[in-house]
Amino acid sequence: MNEFAVVWQHRDLIINGFGNTLIIVALSATGALVLGALLTIPLMSRNGAVRRIATAYVDVMRCVPFLLFVYLLYFGFPSLGLRFDNWTAGIIALTLYNTAYMGEVLRATWAGLPKELIEAGHAFGFSGLRLFRRIILPPVLYASLPLIGNQLIQVVKDSAFLTIIAVAELTHEATSLQTTYFVPFASFVAAVLLYWVTCVCIESTIGYANRYAEERR
Amino acid sequence: MLNMSGSPHRIGEDELETRPVVVEAAGLSKSFGANVVLRDISLKVYKGETVCLLGPSGSGKSTLLRCMNWLEEPDGGAVLLSGHRIGIRPGGTVRMSDSDLAAVRTRIGMVFQHFALWPHLTVLQNVMEAPVHVLKRDKAEVRREAEALLERVGLADKMASFPARLSGGQKQRVGIARSLAMKPEVILFDEPTSSLDPELVGEVLAVIQDLAREGLTMVVVTHEMSFARDVANRVVFMDGGYVVETGTPEEFFAAPKSERARQFLARYARG
Repeated sequence: MNEFAVVWQHRDLIINGFGNTLIIVALSATGALVLGALLTIPLMSRNGAVRRIATAYVDVMRCVPFLLFVYLLYFGFPSLGLRFDNWTAGIIALTLYNTAYMGEVLRATWAGLPKELIEAGHAFGFSGLRLFRRIILPPVLYASLPLIGNQLIQVVKDSAFLTIIAVAELTHEATSLQTTYFVPFASFVAAVLLYWVTCVCIESTIGYANRYAEERR
Repeated sequence: MLNMSGSPHRIGEDELETRPVVVEAAGLSKSFGANVVLRDISLKVYKGETVCLLGPSGSGKSTLLRCMNWLEEPDGGAVLLSGHRIGIRPGGTVRMSDSDLAAVRTRIGMVFQHFALWPHLTVLQNVMEAPVHVLKRDKAEVRREAEALLERVGLADKMASFPARLSGGQKQRVGIARSLAMKPEVILFDEPTSSLDPELVGEVLAVIQDLAREGLTMVVVTHEMSFARDVANRVVFMDGGYVVETGTPEEFFAAPKSERARQFLARYARG
């Protein structure tokens, strides 16, 4: 039988994996964006110690291979008494890892905002979290949209690594299909196509959001 | 719309000193590294007067203005708003908390040289933002006032526009409306026309002139000599971080007391 016909016959496996990938990506990307935005506060803090700790987190995450980080969380942490199931470990790993990148992207944009824009916030009585939420964060997000889009695509691609802790995401299901029915080419092409469709959807959404953001910058 | 005719009400020096002091700088000093920018500056701004700060670039005018709302922290001296010291906690030397300082700043309006409008908000939202989210005032009421203010500065048709779509003059008029919406005790103008094309300067100065006529308390850093002559109640001439001379515009422009002011005005007269 044609390889693709086999994959089509067992499409429920691929669809299930794809659905799980979408759930994992949605949760991790949202988490990384929210935590990344919050991480900019210590990254831009006037307090040197706070800033150094936040910067150290970003540096460590950027220097650790994602695969090793997943191993550490799933296989290493139980030695310290912290045990997660594979789904939880996978989503935490994806979120924390990408938080560092997202935080650094947003911090760089914040640092490049016109100084007067934030000063105007101070001059009109904004301070603390209110200043951040109402005056700083919206222009930072609007200006960072293309870079946020890149990072979201990275989350999609990183999610494939979770196969090594047996999370039933797309790569894992494609692998299991090919090992069961010996259809490696068709299985992996199907998976690649679905990753590509996901990334194209993200790019289109970001493109649309970018047009909306244009006059707000 | 703006009333462009007539001259501002001139307050005599005697009358001025019977009025309450809104902002006072007492012995202010400020340095940036080795560069001393303000040297023991003292200045009182009375209720209802327009004070123009004049002087060459680098004379300390903008720094003095920014010290008045503590955007720059002075190294020495004090700033008082309606008799109360700002920036430092009462009876001590400890800096005010950020939230206390923020509360004080709501009483001091500021108009920036480069407009500093919030780009993600429409013109109307820019004007409403601080009254609604800082002062926590009723949104519908603030909206009515903001619409009236924008109509007053001639921008009724731009309320839904974003700042990126406006000319420099329009942006600055939004900046002024944004300050007025806070109903501040004093408005500080930091070179409000310096970033504008020459043909747009008039529309902004007309708005400020209108506010002066109404008796708002204002401190204006400007290089527009004719504006200072026509609108100011008092002119403060600064150079090298000192207040070199203070007087009415008539005195200052007709017969400056200091040699430095004479040189400064001669250079402007030559264009």
